[in-house]
Amino acid sequence: MTETSLTISKISALANPTRFLALAGSILPWLAGLTFLCLAAGIWMSFTTEGDYQQGETVRIMYIHVPAAWLSMMCYSVMALSALGTLVWRHPLADVAAKTAAPIGAAFTFVALVTGSLWGKPMWGTWWVWDARLTSVFILFLMYLGLIAFNRAMDDPGRAARVSAVMILVGFVNIPIIKFSVEWWNTLHQPASVMKLGGPAIDPEFLRPLLVMAIGFTLLFFTLHLMAMRNEIWRRRISAMRRNAARAVQAGSDTP
Amino acid sequence: MTHAFYVYAAWGVTAAVVVLVIAHTLVESFRLQAELKRLDAKGIRRRSAEPQGNKP
Repeated sequence: MTETSLTISKISALANPTRFLALAGSILPWLAGLTFLCLAAGIWMSFTTEGDYQQGETVRIMYIHVPAAWLSMMCYSVMALSALGTLVWRHPLADVAAKTAAPIGAAFTFVALVTGSLWGKPMWGTWWVWDARLTSVFILFLMYLGLIAFNRAMDDPGRAARVSAVMILVGFVNIPIIKFSVEWWNTLHQPASVMKLGGPAIDPEFLRPLLVMAIGFTLLFFTLHLMAMRNEIWRRRISAMRRNAARAVQAGSDTP
Repeated sequence: MTHAFYVYAAWGVTAAVVVLVIAHTLVESFRLQAELKRLDAKGIRRRSAEPQGNKP
């Protein structure tokens, strides 16, 4: 067996929900522990580092606002990859991954919008402006809500998965718009100061807690996503069991 | 602390949302596991999990 076919067979093995459940069960306690430690360190660093000479204590909002905003985009990118998995490879867990990531993405986007607003009021003098960055993130939030509503409205998960995957891929155009909105348009929101050519333009005093919180939020996302995927597999199993039981009752009542 | 209201409100909203999402996921996990056990105890299986002889 070649190395490529070995890799493919390993990925295919993960497509088996029972194997996935066993893997998730063994990974989750470690992942949850690591998330807790990382977030605890991040929170401690967020409140023990110095305030900014211009922004004062409001800089502490950055340690939650920026990771939440990063995750709002990362979560949608995970959904777009999963949508490809549904449409191209028909991977059985790709649809589960996309469906369960949407509510988590909506939660992080909501946090990014609210904390941004709470940071904007003392720094910009306004809670909200319809500039390109804020508007495109608000559209992302609406897209998450739309996808959640669509998945809940559809009875057949198979049909819902394919339509939802197309909608996710079409909506992915918003992600580069969010990322580059601060460069393409004149916005009240500041341009990128961490992920930029030439390195971060932010003092290490603020960068350290920010990165630790970003890692903590990312680990939290993967922990919650694995748990939500496991829940969705169980939910589908329960539906299948109930359908099977109903079929057996129907067959019994049809027999004279 | 300057602007304490904004800092604590931002952290408070974030904590509330994160706790809500974690709690909802955990509660749903326990509920589904209990339901799976209940159905299993009643002898209800998925077709793929049934013994071969039971299949039509």
